[in-house]
Amino acid sequence: MDAQQKQKNKYSIIVPTYNERLNISLIIYLIFKHLRDVDFEVIIVDDGSPDGTQDVVKQLQQVYGEDKILLRARPRKMGLGTAYIHGMKHASGNFVVIMDADLSHHPKYLPGFIRKQLETSADIVTGTRYVKGGGVHGWNLMRKLTSRGANVLAQTLLWPGVSDLTGSFRLYRKSALEDIISCCVSKGYVFQMEMIVRASRKGYRIEEVPITFVDRVYGSSKLGGSEIVEYLKGLVYLLMTT
Amino acid sequence: MKHIVKILVLVIAITALWVGLLQTSMIPQSHTWLLPIYFVVSLGCYGLLMVGVGLMNFPTCPHEALLLQKDIVEARDYLKQRGVDVSTS
Repeated sequence: MDAQQKQKNKYSIIVPTYNERLNISLIIYLIFKHLRDVDFEVIIVDDGSPDGTQDVVKQLQQVYGEDKILLRARPRKMGLGTAYIHGMKHASGNFVVIMDADLSHHPKYLPGFIRKQLETSADIVTGTRYVKGGGVHGWNLMRKLTSRGANVLAQTLLWPGVSDLTGSFRLYRKSALEDIISCCVSKGYVFQMEMIVRASRKGYRIEEVPITFVDRVYGSSKLGGSEIVEYLKGLVYLLMTT
Repeated sequence: MKHIVKILVLVIAITALWVGLLQTSMIPQSHTWLLPIYFVVSLGCYGLLMVGVGLMNFPTCPHEALLLQKDIVEARDYLKQRGVDVSTS
């Protein structure tokens, strides 16, 4: 029955990009390498990267087929949340995978997400870095400390039932994602947290799989300085509204 | 119920328990008065302990970084052959 279901399911992988001309081709190669016997498509939502990301995607379409790689660009930077909504409009699968383009999320974990979903019929499978088998590479002590502190604070105040709130490597049942995303208003980091907390409050079934997170190799990190303040504001916002 | 309400209910319940203890004087009043301070201090200790333990057991994966480098080399070779632009600059 598992095999039968696997054949029916289609997975739309949404990858938002901005200036990821090298990373996008690497990630596409790795997705195709690791997803062998499943029906899937990759939807690239590019926010008008000036570095030629879209040209590279067009070259990749020649290699892998335009039905497998969909380029759905937007004219300028418009934020992560709307990128997912934009990508979802063009998604033909009944499941949606969301991942970062910067190679910190390795496509080799995708079969594990899919297997977990089939085994548990979960609505959401979320990658977690903080359990056995998972992990992080390339963070200094300060980053680890902030991350742990933020996590303890959120676990104590929100009781979300999920160990990694700010990770963004997730598989969603499409109907669940559509339902949740429409009521999420936060930006950046907090957006990921809001999505999973709202999903948990709405009673969606959430399962976790361990993933490793290797901090970006190519290109510069897009994290700003006021990150912590934004995070705390997000926490208060979620306390009040969920 | 909003989550903040749940937390407030919890806080009120604990406060009620404390007031109850003050009224009934099951334990000496001078001790009861100090209980909230103990509570806050132990909450802080719990937080620090969790952060400390989490930091000590922080899962890392240096091996994964090496594997990723291999994958990158492999991907670039493959894509270069097929005419995809994989130059770094």
